[in-house]
Amino acid sequence: MNTPTSTQAAASGSDIPRARISRSFWHSVARRLSRDPVTIACTTVLLVIALVAVFAPVIAPYDPYKTSILVRLAPMGHPDHLLGTDELGRDLLTRLIYGARTSLFMGFAPILLATLIGGTLGIVAGYAGGATNMIIMRTIDVFYAFPSVLLAVAISGVLGAGIFNSLVSLTLVFIPSLARVGESVTTQVRNQDFVVAARATGASDWQIIRGHVLSNVVGPVMIYASSLVSVAIVLASGLSFLGLGIVPPEAEWGSMLSTLRPAIYIAPMNAILPGIMIFVTSMCANLISDGLRTAMDVKV
Amino acid sequence: MHAPVGRGPTGLAPINGARMFNYALRRILYSVPIAVGVSLVCFLLLHIAPGDPIDAIAPESASPQLLAELRAAYGFDRSLPVQYFSWLSNVIVGDFGTSIMTGRPVLGELANAVVNTLLLSGGAVLVGFVFGLLLGTIAGYTAGSPADRAATAFAVAGISVPNYWLGLVLVVIFAVNQDWLPAMGMGQGAPFLSWANLRHFVLPVIALSVIPAGIIARSVRGTVAEVRKQEFVQTLHAKGLSPFRVFIHVMKNSAPALLAVMGLQLGYLMGGSILVETVFSWPGTGFLLNTAIFTRDLPLLQGTILILSMFFVVINLVVDLAQALFDPRIERN
Repeated sequence: MNTPTSTQAAASGSDIPRARISRSFWHSVARRLSRDPVTIACTTVLLVIALVAVFAPVIAPYDPYKTSILVRLAPMGHPDHLLGTDELGRDLLTRLIYGARTSLFMGFAPILLATLIGGTLGIVAGYAGGATNMIIMRTIDVFYAFPSVLLAVAISGVLGAGIFNSLVSLTLVFIPSLARVGESVTTQVRNQDFVVAARATGASDWQIIRGHVLSNVVGPVMIYASSLVSVAIVLASGLSFLGLGIVPPEAEWGSMLSTLRPAIYIAPMNAILPGIMIFVTSMCANLISDGLRTAMDVKV
Repeated sequence: MHAPVGRGPTGLAPINGARMFNYALRRILYSVPIAVGVSLVCFLLLHIAPGDPIDAIAPESASPQLLAELRAAYGFDRSLPVQYFSWLSNVIVGDFGTSIMTGRPVLGELANAVVNTLLLSGGAVLVGFVFGLLLGTIAGYTAGSPADRAATAFAVAGISVPNYWLGLVLVVIFAVNQDWLPAMGMGQGAPFLSWANLRHFVLPVIALSVIPAGIIARSVRGTVAEVRKQEFVQTLHAKGLSPFRVFIHVMKNSAPALLAVMGLQLGYLMGGSILVETVFSWPGTGFLLNTAIFTRDLPLLQGTILILSMFFVVINLVVDLAQALFDPRIERN
């Protein structure tokens, strides 16, 4: 937990120490990150993939849906197709570029939603305590009792394939663990002297939550959420691989792996290519999360 | 944390029976509402499904009368609470209903599949444990060195890799390029311990083991580093114990935490093997789930999800109890 932010909030009123302490914490985090070559490299890779995804229509050499019977499963290094073509003759590089859009979205969006929903639930449960805590946390415990892949498959299987349903199912999968982190930090903070002092000076619940609880909860929840991005990327592609996520002909790395799967006997390199993208993205996300954790010195 | 004072010659501390019993009782009681909640979620899952479950059974041209009869036969015409309690009371005595597709009892379909998945997951956890222990010990003992960095990199790769993709890559290398190992299925009819049977396990077990290997490596690295900082380790060194003997002491102190990680991983793999099972056409619970989802075989889907999640609940319980038994320092509420 980062005590600087709590003392910072306690000292609110005189704005000079508040600003200085707050800046120095994030400054030191930034300084530590700037000395960590692995995190910098991984962030660069993810940023490049993200930029490529955003500018896909400009960068991609072909139409991602344009099929051709003549050049099916063209090998890597083909004069017209740098990374070859897929089972319907579509350009693989183009589809990997367009696939980055959906795959990155499915890695980050559920985590963002789950952080907002789970974090809020955790803070409410931790701050309110008593019966509210019990109702929220015991419900969370039930969902936490499912292995994550099983829960995702079950919800997606029942709701059916599609980008929206995958988003719902992945968000539901990640809410419980994030709520738990939020709740445990909030419970710790709630009983600290500076919260008691704030309450004694007449601060409202909302002021305490905004000034003391949030500043302490954001760090651990963010770090924990960042460690889940890689899980979300792999899991989302997994759902598509099973036919429960993004459905063809939409380009998505997992669903590309699935449609190319029968080709492993004829064109193995083409068939495993989308998986390399999933692996690289997920590995970078994991390493960035590790870097952040070390730089912010947060234990979750 | 403090050094394990008062451990007997067996290495296990004398356990305070009453306190352990109290803890066990509380922990078991805590699992009951969780299990009920899990069963409720499994039950409700099917009722949030779009469309009428009866559509999957009835022919498209079915008359309203036939639909009503089928609905009554499957009990879909009753209120939700009534359906839940009758379903639950049947499940408790082992009656998971009848598979819509095959017309056979769900329990029978499940039994074989659960065993097949358990064999796969158990194998993967064991393999993952051995590699994770190796990597984690090297990393923990050489913290900060190039060896540590290499081991840690392997661990991160293990956690990050999509295991279904790794399965495909293994198939390409060992089944397509080299005809060394089978690409799919189980050894049909061959004795369990024969190579004809075991060779089918090699690739899926490896694919499934990378995540537990990575997680165990990380946790071993952390625990070893932490235990090594404790005073009793310095004392052992000071007493002149050989590095290997000190290592045994360190490992013994790390064991409860590792046990917990392994147990949970087994639970995760049981529930999460569907992807790797799909790649290798493994006749396990993943295959059942897949079939159930795509044929909208609701009783089969419900039963499979329930069994796998209950397995996870029980594993969590066993892990906590075992941890408390092995490590009296653990006191939770």
